Amino acid sequence: MIVRISGEGQFQLPDEDGERLNELDNRAVAAVEQGDETGFHELWSQMLELVARDGNALDDDELVESDVILPPRDIAFAEAKGEFTGEGLIPD
Amino acid sequence: MPGLGGRMSTVIKSKISRLLDRAEDPGETLDYGYQKQVEMLQNVKKGIADVVTAKKRLQMQSSKLEQQVVKLDTQARQALSQGNEELARTALERKTLAQTELQSLDQQVNELEAQQVQLTENEKKLRHKIEQFRTKKEVIKAQYSAAEAQVKISEAAHGVGEEMADLGLAMQRAEDKTETMRARASAVEELEAAGTFDDITQLGPGQDDIDRQLQELTSGAQVDDELSKMKAELGQGGGGSPALEQGKENP
Repeated sequence: MIVRISGEGQFQLPDEDGERLNELDNRAVAAVEQGDETGFHELWSQMLELVARDGNALDDDELVESDVILPPRDIAFAEAKGEFTGEGLIPD
Repeated sequence: MPGLGGRMSTVIKSKISRLLDRAEDPGETLDYGYQKQVEMLQNVKKGIADVVTAKKRLQMQSSKLEQQVVKLDTQARQALSQGNEELARTALERKTLAQTELQSLDQQVNELEAQQVQLTENEKKLRHKIEQFRTKKEVIKAQYSAAEAQVKISEAAHGVGEEMADLGLAMQRAEDKTETMRARASAVEELEAAGTFDDITQLGPGQDDIDRQLQELTSGAQVDDELSKMKAELGQGGGGSPALEQGKENP
C-alpha cells in the first residue's frame, strides 16, 4: 500500500501494515474525542514510526495515488480535533 | 480508514477530482496550480520577513528598556543622595516595572526567534517541493500531448493532482502559521508602544494607567528592599548626608 504523510512524501508499505495502521488511527481518533492529548500524541508517533520502519520512500518521479493520506507530521491536537468537528484541515 | 488518515484521504481526493474535472486540459490546470504555489510561497516569505522586522523592532525596544533601567537606577541614587526619598521611591518603582517589562519582552523576542527559525525551515522545504512539482507536471503534460493511453495519464494525473492538493495544504498551513506569528509580533509591538516608559523627569501630576499601576506597587517589597539597600550603599560610600537622615523615619 502507498501511504502519504502530508507535506512530506509517499511511502510504500507492506499491505499487512494497513490493519495495524488502521487500528492505531482509530485509537487516535478515540483519544481526540476524549480530549486525551497525551494519548493522541503517543498514538500518532506510533503511526509515524510504523511508516518510518516499514516504509520505503517513493522516488520523486513516481506518479501514483496514495491509498492513505496521513495528516502532517507536526499536526497539533487542535488541528486533529478540527478534522472531525469542522471543515477539516483543508478548508475549500 | 475512517480515522485521521481516512478523513484526510477523502478530503484530498475530493480536491483532486474537482481539480481534474474542472479543466479540459490538465496541463493548464497544473500550470495554474504551480503558479499559485509560487505565489503562496512568496506570501510565506513576506510573512517571515515581517516577523523578522517585528522581532528587530522589539529587540531595539528591549535595549531601550535596558538603558531605562540603568537610568532610573541612577536617578534613584541621585534623588536619595539629595535626600528626596519620595522621588527615589518613584524612580525605583518605575525601574521595577521596566524590569518586569524587559523580562517579558525578552521572552517574546526569544519565542519569535524560535518560530522564525521554524518558519524559515518550512519555507525551504516547501520551495524544494514546489520545484519537484514543477518537474512532475511537465512529465504529465508531455504524456498528455503525446496522447498516450488515457488510463495511464489519468493515473499519473491523479498522482500529481494529489501532490498538488497536498502542497496546497502545506502552503496553507505555512501561511496560517506565518500569519499567526505576524499577528502575535505586532500585538506585542502595540503593547510595547502603549507601555513605553517615559523619562522620570517628565513625570508630572496628570497621571495615567502607569501611575495607577505604580501606586499599586508603592508598598512593594522589592522597592522597599532596593531603597534600603541603596540607602546603605550611599551611607557607606559618602558617610551619609544629613538630608538622607531626614528621609528616614525616626521613631
